[in-house]
Amino acid sequence: MTRFTPHRMSKSERRRLVTGLLFVSPWLAGFLLWRVYPLLSSLYYSFTRYDLLREPVPVGFKNYVELFTTDPKFGVVIYNTLYYVLLGAPLGVVSAFLMASLLNTKIVARPFFRAIFFFPAIVPTIVTAVVWQFLLNVQFGAVNSLLQGLGLPTIPFLSSPALAKPSLILIYMWAQGNAMVIFLATLQDVPRVLYEAATVDGANAWHKFWHITIPMSTPVILFNLIMGFIYGFQEFTLPWLLTGGGPNNATEFYAIYLYRNAFNFLRMGKASALAWILFVIIIIFTVILFKTSARWVYYGGESE
Amino acid sequence: MTTQAPSIPSDTLSTEWRRLKKLSLAGWLVELLKYTILIVLAITFVLPFYWMASSALKNDSQIYTVPPVWIPNPAIWRNFIDAWASQPFNLYIFNTVVRYAIPSTIGTVFSSALVAYGFARVRWPGRDILFFICLATMMIPFQVTMVPLFMIFKQFGWLNTFLPLVVPAFFGVPYFIFMLRQFFLTIPEEISDAARIDGASELDILFRIIMPLSKPALTVVALFSFIDAWNNYLGPLIYLNDQRQYVLALGIENMRRTFMYNSTVANAYPYLMAVSTIVTIPIVIAFFFGQRTFIEGISLTGMKG
Repeated sequence: MTRFTPHRMSKSERRRLVTGLLFVSPWLAGFLLWRVYPLLSSLYYSFTRYDLLREPVPVGFKNYVELFTTDPKFGVVIYNTLYYVLLGAPLGVVSAFLMASLLNTKIVARPFFRAIFFFPAIVPTIVTAVVWQFLLNVQFGAVNSLLQGLGLPTIPFLSSPALAKPSLILIYMWAQGNAMVIFLATLQDVPRVLYEAATVDGANAWHKFWHITIPMSTPVILFNLIMGFIYGFQEFTLPWLLTGGGPNNATEFYAIYLYRNAFNFLRMGKASALAWILFVIIIIFTVILFKTSARWVYYGGESE
Repeated sequence: MTTQAPSIPSDTLSTEWRRLKKLSLAGWLVELLKYTILIVLAITFVLPFYWMASSALKNDSQIYTVPPVWIPNPAIWRNFIDAWASQPFNLYIFNTVVRYAIPSTIGTVFSSALVAYGFARVRWPGRDILFFICLATMMIPFQVTMVPLFMIFKQFGWLNTFLPLVVPAFFGVPYFIFMLRQFFLTIPEEISDAARIDGASELDILFRIIMPLSKPALTVVALFSFIDAWNNYLGPLIYLNDQRQYVLALGIENMRRTFMYNSTVANAYPYLMAVSTIVTIPIVIAFFFGQRTFIEGISLTGMKG
């Protein structure tokens, strides 16, 4: 560790400090301007009543108290978001991992299949929303037309409160190209010798998958799971465009409710309180995941 | 480090056939199952896009037919022109590309490269702590800074301009800083040392040596930040309210809302699908020409952090 002792620094060391700081100064300035200052002021706003038109008025813990006691929607929003994140993030990881595993076997035209599996991840969300809304429409959507053609009943994917969240999760699993590519790179980095040794010992394909592939991938599974959690809690655009929070508030997620409070109801103070609660929830989940990771993540050689 | 190449070359049909010939019956069944899953999955992935593009060529009677029409007949190519002209999409694409995507991409690439150089190739006390903070900021949810940022930009008089979307890009984007740092670290230090002995400044080394050597990584950053801007919906939704400032995403959403609240409009779905197709095509092109770049770029961020 280099200890930070300015008075003891040699001339060249001081010059390198100045050079380094100059190079990172854009980020440093942005960090203070677009991160630290907004972070602190949103903490302050969360203890105020603020409608954009008048100056913020301090109200103590009122926003927080309101959320946890009298706001009937807060519980619904928390439930929806936890449902979506706790189910969606792991399923997204499973989907990405299985696609990557499939692509990592000996197959013809791997780049072609990889491209197809990856593509949904970079399509504009507005396009994803418009297309899936059309596909899943109860009356004339292609999926329901197909079901009808097969003599099956139609499914109200997006218009039934019970099915809206699972439908969103399915679409989320379909757009896992980024995580899939990261998994694929990991799988290709697993040393060949491990598999060869296992083959010599008489292991079959399933044993190899379960005892070599999965353990060697656990650090990346953790990485993708954490990313899934962090972004899952902030999910806004797809549900906003696809279901607009409905039907009957079934897809009213945290970020949507927060947006409404800020820009539709002009309750900036309450929105800031919501944002800070979200921040704390995300930190708690990340810490819990890291804590449990000691038990299931395998870092080559450290422990079994 | 492993000695093998990072990517397995794809098997050609003939080597694949030779491998299959040697398999037992059970082996054949496994192969059959594998390819069945692969093909069924691939079809599910492509189908929505096929449906989008084919529906763009239909008229209303073909849209509402059960069972669905898979191959539009007649195919109405004019839909693309009419749909595009039904709203000021020329203005929206100009806004998206010229006023938003290009400036924010330029800002992102240069600022992120500068910062990444400072984190990767200059040794200075406190560097690792600051780099850790830089990474940690990626965990801050957008919503926490959303309200105060809106206030700041309002005070600056930047609402309804592209400045709130473009200016922050000139302060470095942590995700891309990380990506470029990983890449810069792989360039041998001796190259920089040789240049330093010749009297080159650090800025010279970055612009004349490191950046030319990092073209693949810089391309990834440029491509990703361009696509981010092309796809961004939430940022424009917050900062742009005047229809003359709309980007493509807002334009399509606006078109859809118009159709939703006015069910008598003819060709609503074909038009929506036509515009969606047009907006998706540049991404298809960028992706199929730069697939390797995309994949390598994402792989760079995966591990080693």
